[in-house]
Order: sequence, then C-alpha cells, then structure tokens
Amino acid sequence: MRSVEGRPDAAAEAMHLVDYRAGDLKQVPTRNGMGEGLIEAGSRDRNVLGICADLSESTRFEGFKKAHPDQYIEIGVSEQMLVAMAGGLAAVGKIPWIASYAMFNPGRSWEQVRTIMALNETNVKIAGAHAGVSVGPDGATHQAIEDIAIMRVIPHMMVVVPCDAVQTKKAVLALSQAWGPTYLRFGRDKSPVFTTEQTPFTIGKAQTFREGGDVAIVACGILVYNGLIAADQLAREDGIEARVVNNHTIKPMDEDAIVDAARACGAIVTVEEHQKQGGMGSRVAEILAATHPAPIEFVGVDDRFGQSGDPAELIEYYGMGVDAIKAATRRAYARKRATG
Amino acid sequence: MQTLSAARVNELRLKANDVRQGIIRSLVAAGSGHSAGPLDMADVFTALYGYLLRHDPANPEWTERDRLLLSCGHIAPVRYSAMANFGYFPVEELLTLRKFGSRLQGHPERVRLPAVETTSGPLGEGLAQGVGMALGAKMDHKDFHVWVVTSDAEHQCGLHWEAVMTGAKFALGNLTAIIDRNFIQIDGSTEEVMPLEPLADKYRAFNWEVLECDGNDMAAFIETAERALEVKNKPQVIVAKTLAGKGVSFMEGDYTWHGKPPNAQQADEALHELQAERERILAGA
Repeated sequence: MRSVEGRPDAAAEAMHLVDYRAGDLKQVPTRNGMGEGLIEAGSRDRNVLGICADLSESTRFEGFKKAHPDQYIEIGVSEQMLVAMAGGLAAVGKIPWIASYAMFNPGRSWEQVRTIMALNETNVKIAGAHAGVSVGPDGATHQAIEDIAIMRVIPHMMVVVPCDAVQTKKAVLALSQAWGPTYLRFGRDKSPVFTTEQTPFTIGKAQTFREGGDVAIVACGILVYNGLIAADQLAREDGIEARVVNNHTIKPMDEDAIVDAARACGAIVTVEEHQKQGGMGSRVAEILAATHPAPIEFVGVDDRFGQSGDPAELIEYYGMGVDAIKAATRRAYARKRATG
Repeated sequence: MQTLSAARVNELRLKANDVRQGIIRSLVAAGSGHSAGPLDMADVFTALYGYLLRHDPANPEWTERDRLLLSCGHIAPVRYSAMANFGYFPVEELLTLRKFGSRLQGHPERVRLPAVETTSGPLGEGLAQGVGMALGAKMDHKDFHVWVVTSDAEHQCGLHWEAVMTGAKFALGNLTAIIDRNFIQIDGSTEEVMPLEPLADKYRAFNWEVLECDGNDMAAFIETAERALEVKNKPQVIVAKTLAGKGVSFMEGDYTWHGKPPNAQQADEALHELQAERERILAGA
C-alpha cells in the first residue's frame, strides 16, 4: 500500500457517515428524499412549485401537493408540456420543479429542455425519477440509462445524482436556491442510507467517503454504497486500499477532485447506473485525458438495454454489483502497476 | 374599449407599411431568411405594438408589461421590424439580421434580446410557454395579458395541442393566441401537407373562445382582438386569415417564398410596390 493520509475510515468519520458495514442500514428510496426536500423548499420559498405529469405518487410529489396545494399543478400525461409550461412559469418568477420518470422527462422532452430551459436560461428544475435499471419489473421502456449523457452535453445545465435519500433531500434544497436549469436524477427502489444530517453537501463539490492510495473508485448515485463495500472487501482480500469518491455533481464536475484522485491513486474506476457511454465516467475520462492521464475502468451498463427483474438481480446482471466493481478495481490497479 | 378612428387606422396602416419595408431591407441584407410569413403578419404585429399591447419600449423588462410570444420564430423579421419601428432599437439595426454578433438572431433568443420574451424556432412550443406565463400571472394576481402568435402549420405539432388542453383546464382568460392562417408551409399547402381544417372547430371542441377575421385588415383585426379581450373565463384564439407575402405582388400566395429572401433586384421591386402602397394610404385610399 502506498502512503495514505489517515486511516481509510478517517474520511467516513469526517463526512459523518454511518457505519456502512453494519448489516442493518436503513433502506429508503432516493425519491423519498425528493419528496421531503420539496415540501421544505416550498415552505422556505412560496415561488417553488411542484408540477406533475400524472405520476405524483411514484415521483413522491404527493406530499408536496398536500402540504402546498396552492403551489401544485397537475397537467396530465404531457412531458413536453411539462418543460415548456415550466419555462413560462419561470419567466414570470416561479421556481418550478417538474416531475416525471427520467425516461419521459428529459427522455421525451429533450429538445424543449435544450431550447426552453438551457438556451433560454430559465430556472426550471427537473426531478428525474425512476432512473437506472433498478426501476426493476417495469422493464427497459421505463429504465433511463442514457439520461446523464443527454443532459450533461447541454450548456448551462446542472446535473446532480445524489447517493442516498438523505443526500437527495439536501440536493433538492440546494438546487432550489441555486439559480439555473437543473437536472436531479434519482431512483425508485429502496437503497441504503449511509449519509447523515451532518454530512456536508455542496453542488459541484465531490466528497471523499473512504481514504486509500492504490486506486480511486469514483461513483455516483446509489452505487456509491456498492463502491464502499467493494473497497472494504478489496482491502481485506487483496490489500488494495481504494479511495472512494462520491461524485454527485456530474455538471459542473469537481475537476480538482478528479485530478487529485488520479494523482494520488494513479488509477480510476468509475461506477454509475447508466450506460458506460457518455455518462459520468466519460466526463471523468475527458478531464483526465486533458490533464493527468491514468488507467480508467468503467462500471456501468455496456451498450445494452435493461429488462424486467428485481432491482438487485438487474444491478448484478448488468455488471454493477460489488463483485463487478471489485473486478474492475483489480484491473485498474494491475494496469497501473504494469505501466508504473 | 377605445374608439378606433379612421385616422388612427390609417396611421397604423402607414406603420405597417414601414414594418414591411423594414422586413424587406433586413432580409436582403441578411441574404437568407423567411419572407412570406413576416410580410403577412405585419398588420397584426403593428396592431399589437401600436394599439393593443401594454408595453414600454424604453423599459422592455417592465414586470407589468403584456407578454407577446412569437411561437413560430422563423417569422422573426416582422417582430424585429415592428420593435424597431416602435422604438425598441434603431431601425438601422435591422440590417444586422442573421449576422455574427447581432442581437437579431435568425431565430429569436431572449437572452440576447430580452423583449422577445422567449427563445423560439423549434415549432409548437410558444403556446405552452404562454400558458405557463398566464398561469403564473393568475397565481400571483397580476393583470398583464399574454399574447402568443403562432403559425398555422405548427398546429401539426403535438405539444401545441397539449398547450391548448392545458390553457382550457386552467380557464386562462388572460391568454390570447393568434394564428397566422396563411395556408402555406415549407412543403406546400397546409391542407395538402397535413390538413388542419376544421381548425376553428378544433379549438371550440377544446373549450376555447374562437374568433375569426381578416388578419390583413387593420380595423377588423383590432376590433376582433378587443372582443377577445372581453372574454375573461377562458382562453381565446383569433384565426387571422392572411395572404402569404402580403404587400409584395410577386410573393403573394406563393408558398415558395416561405423560406427565402428577395435578391437585390426583387427587393427593389418590393420596396417600390410598398412605397406606392404608402402613397395610396396617404392619399386616403
């Protein structure tokens, strides 16, 4: 093991994480954090609106509807309308959060997102629910695994993928205050909660959740948890100490944190519930190719569509489980040793 | 409702003539752009900026202003020319249309020229944004009015009808759509490319108040728009029948002028015709 500043756990303590190795972690869907955050954002600022296209319960906007009926709008199954109308509302001073499944918004509405939100610079916030294959039984039509790619290429767009329900709530509150077009991506299934109220969250600031100097696992969304578990197992089984970075802001990405991880660790593994093509990992590769080239392994869906199944078995089948992350990390580490 | 005198109508017709001349000058300087739609909507835009809108050219971001959205962004030359002729910016700036660094982009952008209210060009999106603005005004008890100018062919876009449905749901009496019913689009006649008729009945079925008029008759259009403004319990649409290329004889009714500018010689001819029309208006014809 190379020199490491502090014990692997020092980072987790500094970040006020719960002991993620414990078997009894609370399991809460990230969408619940969306719902809780929006209710609070709506209390803090009456210009915050919630707008739904017929999916208020499953996107967790129902609580907002009850808490702030005067700030809630229902428009039925019309995702292009969702974006365009929100652009009009934002133009007269509102802060609209618009909810659908990520596959439909921004999946169906991409051109409206580009023109009306981004080119037109309006303060519209997309709540992209049911992202990733962990949507489960609904199948490939409803599993958005290309959305990070299509959103991160749009100028002015902020793209945020929080790691658990607690962080999702913080992201909603932070993004409600940050001016500008925004895409917040979250999921349907329950996932471990390992951050706490005390864990900091700043848009555009990646977080080191585990220290390590051999290789860096750069992850986003609910798979950050798998990254942490994989890192602990690798330390025990192979003596490889991996830094684990929660890279929650895809755009604007924390370039300093990415370059620092490459410099300190010499090899990178990116982990995301998304196509390997065009997503968070691709942005990491763009940054490092231009600054500090290092071996990179990509964990994600490999140019395929999803299918029906249980979330856990789909994560495994499509190569994003703990074992797949460990294998990719070993490969990255071996490549570093071979070239270093 | 104000009384519209014959003298006032004539003033506005002269202004519309200025707007048309500005369109021709900007298009020939640009060397590209759309001719037919801008010319046929010169009367409507003149009526809006010169009579109907509550606005202040010296203070384009006045929060209480009426909002005028142009959904069919490709006819921007008429909006730019009207804005210049009503004092938003110098008419000489019209000659920068579509040129590098200009505020007058080929399709309008709000960030570059705030008074255009939104960025448009991709069709079928303006009414949806107008619905959002009108609903926002209603929520905040603001009394500004929202006007949306649409082409007829963009009624082939699904999103436009989502907006029609939503406007009716929220009973947006503060929203008026104006359709440039010129019956042409890039590939030919609207009724051959994808039939829109019965267009007025479609809006009635969607619970909108429907008004129809000649969009090239200044007095008739203003009188129709004022009737629309009296409707408070639902959104209104004015089907303004226009003659594509209105005011330039060799463009009138010819769909091939949808998406091209006049060359220098054609521009001279067009300006000559418009000048002759101006003299007829001055003579009281």
